[in-house]
Amino acid sequence: MATKEKGILAVFNDQHQLLDAIKKVRAMGITKMDAFTPFPIHGIEDAMGLKRSWIPWATLVYGLTGATLAFTFETWTSAFDWPLNIGGKPFISWPAFIPITFEGGILIGGVLTVLTLFGVMKLPCFSKPVLDVRLTNDHFGLMIEDADPKFNEDKLSNAFKECHVVDIKKIGH
Amino acid sequence: MEIVNNKIIKEPLVAPGRVYADVNDRVCAPLERFPSIKWWACFLVAQVALAIGTFLVINMFKQGLGVLGINHPVAWGTFITNFVFWIGIGHAGTLISAILFLFRQKWRTAINRSAEAMTIFAVMTAGMFPILHTGRPWYAAFYLFPYPNQRQLWVNFRSPLEWDVWAVSTYFTISLLFWYIGLIPDIASVRDRAKNTIRKIVYTVLSFGWRGSAKHWNHYEMVYLILAGLSTPLVLSVHSIVSFDFAVAILPGWHTTIFPPYFVAGAVFSGFAMVVTLLCIVREVFNLKDFITVGHLENMNKIILLTGTIVGYAYIMEFFIAWYSGSMYERFAFINRATGPYAWSYWIMMTCNVITPQIFWFKNLRRSIPVMFVASLIVNIGMWFERFVIIITSLHRDYLPSSWDYYIPTLTDWGITIMSFGFFFTLFLLFCRVLPTICMFEVKMVMETKGKHH
Repeated sequence: MATKEKGILAVFNDQHQLLDAIKKVRAMGITKMDAFTPFPIHGIEDAMGLKRSWIPWATLVYGLTGATLAFTFETWTSAFDWPLNIGGKPFISWPAFIPITFEGGILIGGVLTVLTLFGVMKLPCFSKPVLDVRLTNDHFGLMIEDADPKFNEDKLSNAFKECHVVDIKKIGH
Repeated sequence: MEIVNNKIIKEPLVAPGRVYADVNDRVCAPLERFPSIKWWACFLVAQVALAIGTFLVINMFKQGLGVLGINHPVAWGTFITNFVFWIGIGHAGTLISAILFLFRQKWRTAINRSAEAMTIFAVMTAGMFPILHTGRPWYAAFYLFPYPNQRQLWVNFRSPLEWDVWAVSTYFTISLLFWYIGLIPDIASVRDRAKNTIRKIVYTVLSFGWRGSAKHWNHYEMVYLILAGLSTPLVLSVHSIVSFDFAVAILPGWHTTIFPPYFVAGAVFSGFAMVVTLLCIVREVFNLKDFITVGHLENMNKIILLTGTIVGYAYIMEFFIAWYSGSMYERFAFINRATGPYAWSYWIMMTCNVITPQIFWFKNLRRSIPVMFVASLIVNIGMWFERFVIIITSLHRDYLPSSWDYYIPTLTDWGITIMSFGFFFTLFLLFCRVLPTICMFEVKMVMETKGKHH
């Protein structure tokens, strides 16, 4: 393990309490935190200050690349590498190349988008432990790292208690 | 949906009074116990069908394609019928997971996982047939994929059959990715419930170490949206391209511009019928009636009614255009379809596909499980015959009367057709045993509970 996670994990049983807690922690000036939830919670991006994902722009580039590659390959094989005269039709009969151009764009676009997602999430990753088995079921966790300059365990515990925390666990100690 | 005192009251998507933990407990339960007798019985039937078919396939490889019923004018028989049938079945899954997602139809959440699994297995089943029908499947890569071979000859990119290879393989790849991306958070849930060490290791590897981090969810949701956006035109393109296999040929009965939308509507129609068949069984066998409610099935039946009516319209419009075109060959092809030697198959198709879905105009029939189960089976029989009619009736009497013939599928044809069902159900039953059949995290998102504990 390169970086061992150290910090405290607050476990809530309601997503609204988690959102309140994130807002409180942010108000304290803490930035090194992450929430762990069983399903995506709307409003959490704003609460945590996460930016909109940039992946769609990558998909656009991948899709256009895939379509260009497919079209170029069809043209090269049909008109340059082995030109076949079929009823005097043009060698670059581009309308007939469109279906595979389209499929090529979707294929390359989709596959590379998924690979990009895993790259961005740094998954697969098996070295980081499961923080709490309830977090993929019906509880919502907020992890604050010790490394944050504004980290203060007592202050955080009080803030969590105000938000009806269920459990506070120390991680990595 | 009902209107009471000028307010729209929507039927809840999950039975009332359920909390988040109930979703995991109920959906994961079938994965965590020894399979029931019902499951083993279904599995055994599927295995027998698969075994019979495998024996016949091996025999076909030894003897050659002569063991099939195909003859000179009817060079495409049950294999291509099965190919189009299974590709069509697959369309419902992507429609539910992608198009209904873009339309923000929340009722899709309980059914999308099993429908997507159905898509993947149906496309795999379909993919067998073009390879088998070459007779020498070990050469299939040479026929299908462009690679620099020693004769330096490339595949023909102007051919609809080659478009099909790309459309179907892209469709399979993207559907598989879409399905697996949706599964990762749920596999993590199964991992965190696991008591047994081996089970824990297997699901840990399958979950890729997912922990539900908010930073991950942010990108994850975006990619899910992108894949839905990519799959939507993809699913429409796949059956359009399958229809080009026919429409681009000059054969009367095939050479029609109505084919692409007509094939897509037919695919959705048969696919939804298959989803209804499967869900009626799954919700019963795995006790998931709180999540796959009658409301979900009613919505499915409404789509069956809509697409069934489009298909009925297409049948009638095809006939009208055959007359209106003024082409004698076109007219003959259609009159021959309805009154010729294969009239029996045409009228099976018309009865099953045009009349059956019309019962869903009535709310009590739309919400009755036995009625929809039988109707969905009838629709699938009808849709199998639709492909049979399109392929066989057009081929068996072409331009040249001296080559006319009658096609009779042999026992090998039927055995391999049954095998395809065995193959599909084997995969589907295994899926129900090892992966959550309902997308748990999405169901939690549409629950009205706040997740409070007792």
